[in-house]
Amino acid sequence: MYRFLVRRILGAAMILLIISALTFFLFFAIPRDPAAFACGKLCTPETLEIVRRNLGIDEPVFLQYWHWLVGIFTGRDFTYGHCDAPCLGYSFVNQEPIFQALVDRFPTTLSLTFGAAVVFLLFGIGMGMIAAARQGRPADKIASSASLIGASMQIYFVGVLATWVLVDQLQIIERPSYTPLTENPLQWFYGLLLPWLVLSIIFTANYTRMTRSSMVEQLGEDYVRTARAKGMSARTVFLRFAWRGAMGPVITIFGVDLGVLLGGAIITEQTFSLHGIGELSIKAVINQDLPMLLGVILVAATAIVLFNIVVDAAYAFIDPRVRLS
Amino acid sequence: MTMPAPALPEASAAPGGRPPDAGSVGRSPGRLTWMRFRRDRTGVLSAFVVLFFFVVALAAPLISMAYGNDPYTQYGQEREGLLNEFGYPLLPNGGISGEFWFGLEPGLGRDVFMLLVYGIRTSLLIAAAATLLTTLIGVVVGLVAGYVGGRTDYLIGRGIDILLSFPSTLFFIAFMPVVESLFVSPREETPVWLRTVSLITVLTLFGWATIARLLRGQVLSLREREFVEAARITGASPARIIFKELLPNLWTPIIIQSTLLLPAFVTAEAGLSFLGVGIIEPTPDWGRLIQRGAEVYRDDITFLLFPGVSLVIFVLAFNLLGDSVRDALDPKTRR
Repeated sequence: MYRFLVRRILGAAMILLIISALTFFLFFAIPRDPAAFACGKLCTPETLEIVRRNLGIDEPVFLQYWHWLVGIFTGRDFTYGHCDAPCLGYSFVNQEPIFQALVDRFPTTLSLTFGAAVVFLLFGIGMGMIAAARQGRPADKIASSASLIGASMQIYFVGVLATWVLVDQLQIIERPSYTPLTENPLQWFYGLLLPWLVLSIIFTANYTRMTRSSMVEQLGEDYVRTARAKGMSARTVFLRFAWRGAMGPVITIFGVDLGVLLGGAIITEQTFSLHGIGELSIKAVINQDLPMLLGVILVAATAIVLFNIVVDAAYAFIDPRVRLS
Repeated sequence: MTMPAPALPEASAAPGGRPPDAGSVGRSPGRLTWMRFRRDRTGVLSAFVVLFFFVVALAAPLISMAYGNDPYTQYGQEREGLLNEFGYPLLPNGGISGEFWFGLEPGLGRDVFMLLVYGIRTSLLIAAAATLLTTLIGVVVGLVAGYVGGRTDYLIGRGIDILLSFPSTLFFIAFMPVVESLFVSPREETPVWLRTVSLITVLTLFGWATIARLLRGQVLSLREREFVEAARITGASPARIIFKELLPNLWTPIIIQSTLLLPAFVTAEAGLSFLGVGIIEPTPDWGRLIQRGAEVYRDDITFLLFPGVSLVIFVLAFNLLGDSVRDALDPKTRR
């Protein structure tokens, strides 16, 4: 276990290094004037000059990347101020260190992701299990059709429509907003309820289909037949054995989804005007703030890579046959 | 964007593309597939819906001529009595009338029906081009990696790993200005064709990895089969083996993957336009219609409903069609 973790974390660090290097070169080597992209839409010639000097645009790109990389561990000084140790660069548009902006936004994205994950895991796996237990019967057909329709929905449409129906017309849910959990837990819950539900509509579908097909496959395995032959009830086999084997694929897509969502549920945050990481990235694109985008991409990639490792470790906990090596 | 999870068909049709259950009557595999498909009522219905969208896209100028309006004229601005002082249609339900079937766009006052019809063209053009390119690159890379193996395979595999670790939606939006800056300086207005090209490029760049990985796996198992060995012994060149021996056995997963890709690209493109980094005015586009709809939904919900519902119907029909095509091509995976 220990060796597995060390090796995977080293591998992840390697991938992140490559991703950051690739992104950095794409951003700062390809455009004709990268400083203009870091300076923003409302850029005066003076600020452009400052940005140019601060980024060291005249130096070779390798050196610029090296400074950026070293800055993560030692911090950097910019004309507008000092950027403390985990320094992912400086946003000249917002006039603040990028790490600070990310830290400020992260709780929103975190709350959005984990709240939604609880809802869609419960519904998705639950519906999938029921569908598998009642194969071919009405419950199965309803669950399968519902998941197909859910999979064809788009957050940017359903989200707005749901806000209109539930918030504006029926007035049974509050308009989405973010209140820190520590400040007012109840308000936190009510403010995020609608985004959670809407995200769940879209994600549940995947889990229902995956759980169902995986369960159906497991129920056809030899060990299930053996257990039934020994006289165990169908319910016991279902609830004690079959689900363990069936969770593998579900965990895989859960890890992927969680990584993607933590990197910023961009469209969801835009739809509900929540100020998370995703909304930050959209702002960065519109304001032409490449250093900020670089930071967001790195955070998002870290989330994806991290959850890949978590998924692999989780396999071993659920299914003892899987060996970590 | 979430890529469709690779639908793994069990080892596809036997060498020569003939399914083992071909029977003694001597029907071709294509005919069998067609017969299976025709029996699937949902599949046929969704095929008609998909076909309808394609026909509308192709016939958009004809429809515009018969209908009498076009997607660019700002009727509400040019004529009195269509929009009120706040820019919203005077008639109820978004200004639906005999002249404007689906109402008027709030603000600019363009014809919603025409915007929708022409919007299909934009979506389908971008999605179809991206699907075609993605499939092409994915197939070539996947086949080469799987067949050549060794160091090539290792390098391609690691490249795919890295590509799939990129946060893709984020990269779509981040990459767009960089691609464009190659051609236009940041302060100039971006031409529409360039936006289209960069959208297709970005969608393709992050799309091919999934399909390549899937095909590589398939090739790895096919490579060891006798018919490939036979071809190698008779002195066939690698290119011949890849394209004449392996490729015909891979049509099933390729077709299934591309029917899943097209709707995924349509929604991805609409999503990018919704975020404001997709297709720009004045080219009609569904994503931008929904974006505008989300701005005005409290005063004019009708304007949001038309593009939203159309998109859901289109994606649903395509997903159903994809399922049916998979069932018809590969009856073993039937759920």
